[in-house]
Amino acid sequence: MNEDRTGAPHEPGSQWYDGEAGPLVRPYAMTGGRTRSGPAGVRFDLIALVTLDAGAPGMDDDTALGPEHRVLVDLCRTETQSVAELGAGADLPVGVVRVLLGDLLERGCVTVSRPVPPAQLPDERILREVIEGLRAL
Amino acid sequence: MDSEHSDAAGGETTALALKILVAGGFGVGKTTLVGAVSEIKPLRTEELLSEAGQLVDDTDGVDQKVTTTVAMDFGRITIRSGLSLYLFGTPGQDRFWFLWDELSQGALGAVVLADTRRLEDCFPAVDYFEHRHIPFVVAVNCFMGSRRYGPQDVSRALDLDRGTPVVLCDARDRDSGKEVLIRLVEYAGRMHTARLLDSVG
Repeated sequence: MNEDRTGAPHEPGSQWYDGEAGPLVRPYAMTGGRTRSGPAGVRFDLIALVTLDAGAPGMDDDTALGPEHRVLVDLCRTETQSVAELGAGADLPVGVVRVLLGDLLERGCVTVSRPVPPAQLPDERILREVIEGLRAL
Repeated sequence: MDSEHSDAAGGETTALALKILVAGGFGVGKTTLVGAVSEIKPLRTEELLSEAGQLVDDTDGVDQKVTTTVAMDFGRITIRSGLSLYLFGTPGQDRFWFLWDELSQGALGAVVLADTRRLEDCFPAVDYFEHRHIPFVVAVNCFMGSRRYGPQDVSRALDLDRGTPVVLCDARDRDSGKEVLIRLVEYAGRMHTARLLDSVG
């Protein structure tokens, strides 16, 4: 992600951070200050899978969507992506990706898979498939 | 979330992603293990501390460098189209515990990497997964020059619950890493079955 120090304030009394504080990031500038996604405020799991909706309306004339939204959509165009991969691919913190994904979900541009419910493992058949898949690697 | 949407997604693609955590002390080889088995170069994802870190107020003893994000390395193994395994290296420092809670949500299980020269480094991870009943295996990363201990020695030293597998491994080696993951998935399956039987009985 960008380490934005260029806009650092220099007025007296405003130097509330220094070099020791590490990179100063303003990630939520890209989300219009929102830190939660959508009205439902759902928190997408890191491995929730994001798929482009084939019947999605075009985004071209949607002025509410910014360049970062489009980056996410482009990443999904090649293949289904997990939330974590989108974060790495778009060079955005996961928290920001979640908010942007909420926008895309609301507009019907993408679908997001639900995570496996806690304490509920996939069935034995899947686990056996995983073991065999690992052996075959 | 719009539940109709997610249902539709599940029905159409039935894509399933599973999550395995790789935990252990700082510098024990978590990212090395992830990299050895991942089909992609380990990626880095950043979580914002300001977002999830309400519980983190104690930065005593932490390196002077306090950043506003914490990075997690992760890798992927595609089992087949629509079924993939994601491996997440958990952030090493204890002050990032809150992230573990999110990471372990819905996780299939965990690998606790251990170094016999400083076994105590993996105590917190062992405690964490034991308390939450998350299936885990202890993988002893056999560093060059470290004295070899048997799995039983390690199991006793860590006071593991009976049945928790201990595997000797070389985190740099793909086959060795695969073996660790296979042991974990087998064990997670057994734990799950046992729990089901418990709930019936």
